[in-house]
Amino acid sequence: MSGILLVAEIRRGELRPATAELVSAAQAARRGSDDRVAVAVIADDPQRLVPGVSLAGVDEIIAVKVAAPEFDPDTFESAVRALIEARKPALVLVPHSIDSFGYAAALATKGGYGFATDVFRFEYQDGALVATRGGYGQKVNVEVDFPGKDVVVLALRGNVFKPPEGGSSPAVTSFAAPDLQPRTNSRSFIEVSSADDVDMAAAEFILAIGRGIGEQAKVEQFRELAAAVGATLGCSRPVADAGWLPKSRQVGQSGKTASACKLYVAMGISGAIQHLAGMKHVSTIVAVNADAGASIFNVAKYGIVGDIFEIADALRSHF
Amino acid sequence: MKLLVAVKQVAALDEDFEIRSDGKDVDPDFLIRDLNEWDDYSLEEAVRIKEAAAGGAAAVEIVVVCVGPEDADESLRKCLAKGADRALRVWDETIEGSDSIAVARIIAAVARKERPDMLFAGVQSSDHSFASTGIAAAAFLDWPHAAVVTHLTYTPGANTAVLRRELEGGVLHEMQLECPAVLTIQLGINTPRYASLRSIKQAAARPIEALSLEQLGVKPSDVGESGSLSRVRRMYVPDRGHAQMIEGSVEEQAARLAKIIKDLTGSAA
Repeated sequence: MSGILLVAEIRRGELRPATAELVSAAQAARRGSDDRVAVAVIADDPQRLVPGVSLAGVDEIIAVKVAAPEFDPDTFESAVRALIEARKPALVLVPHSIDSFGYAAALATKGGYGFATDVFRFEYQDGALVATRGGYGQKVNVEVDFPGKDVVVLALRGNVFKPPEGGSSPAVTSFAAPDLQPRTNSRSFIEVSSADDVDMAAAEFILAIGRGIGEQAKVEQFRELAAAVGATLGCSRPVADAGWLPKSRQVGQSGKTASACKLYVAMGISGAIQHLAGMKHVSTIVAVNADAGASIFNVAKYGIVGDIFEIADALRSHF
Repeated sequence: MKLLVAVKQVAALDEDFEIRSDGKDVDPDFLIRDLNEWDDYSLEEAVRIKEAAAGGAAAVEIVVVCVGPEDADESLRKCLAKGADRALRVWDETIEGSDSIAVARIIAAVARKERPDMLFAGVQSSDHSFASTGIAAAAFLDWPHAAVVTHLTYTPGANTAVLRRELEGGVLHEMQLECPAVLTIQLGINTPRYASLRSIKQAAARPIEALSLEQLGVKPSDVGESGSLSRVRRMYVPDRGHAQMIEGSVEEQAARLAKIIKDLTGSAA
């Protein structure tokens, strides 16, 4: 058992950035120069994606041509499992992403492979692979290992491993995926649009509200405050799910990334990992929360423990 | 027609907590238990399907199953109060130490026994967030599956369902799949109802069926550490960055926040 197999993530014919992150994560896991890094490109036209996967640190690109034009859980599960059985890698890396939510657990279950998800660190300790992930809403770290497992599948957290710089000219091989009777059919992609034309990705100053606002009637106070201080009003998932603000204002993994933001004031947001994914990179984060133990204080530069409505009222008087 | 909903009683940490003496988990005295937030949505989705069923709500039975010790009955009763018809709980000392895959093996065994038309699970649990149990159960059953569903069109007993997966960035992927299937349900697919006081009272008196591994045909070696794909070695509180806290009265705190905003935005107001 040697070698590291990565599974490229592809959507609507394009590679997703998570793929490059796997490549850099794999470098750290190499146990010797003969520990080769191979990337499986599972697509209806894998050759077209070869240039994008020709990244520094990749030894081989395995083109796996499949019938499904878009992600299909059975197609990925069976193709990756067949590859593992053929190549016997010690380690398989996939992104901890919506697509991998759909097949990685089935892959590990059917193959009996070691398995952990949302891993943000991994290393070999005395020859045994140890992976670290969060527990209890990210308040603790949990180290897991995989006794007796020759193959281990890890789903890696996004935005942890920096993509490699530079390209390479890896060998390109092909692999025949097992025949499959499809049980799911891709129909369409739907972009969520709304009358609200806000561009959260372009906003430099965001005032975001979360579950702590408690009720819809309170939204207006923060809408007015955001306008007064010159911020774009954003929110975390519970506020958008409740329909209090449009989905276009949601920051986080399934919402928008605050790409251009320089100042992020989070009010009543506890800091779930999915929300942090969209804003933790912002250089100045100020968190206001009633719970001194909220995870948001671990990423914020400044913190205020207090009643968000009182702070909002008092802040308004300065503008 | 039958819908099976797998639920978990999750644990959140008390403000102050201690790690257990073996260093592998938090001392249970410091854990606050509740029904997993995601499972509230998957149960609600099942209840809505039942209510909309062509043959009337009586034509569809909703069964909830939880793998957990006796105190998980509290979460199961919440499910009964919100519309589940029957509640099953599976526990045995040997289940202790199971990862999400070993739990999925038990849920799959329950599905084989109950033969539902569809199995729902939450996308993930709020405590350990493996996001794996539902899809692993599908693998044990060899059923079609889809994860992170935020929209579902399904008639009980139908051969296919149409669903939308919520992708990164909020884009939705619509797909059709064959049934029976396993779906993992995402927050926001619906707005879960509150249980009425009357239904909470009624649920308190309803039975919860206890199932043993033997009744399900699951070997003790297939659960616990030996039936898992990972094993906890160590749990610890990480050294983490922490915000510089702004202390003082509300007015002082707000004044400092206003200054930070003005300094960074160049606002002279």
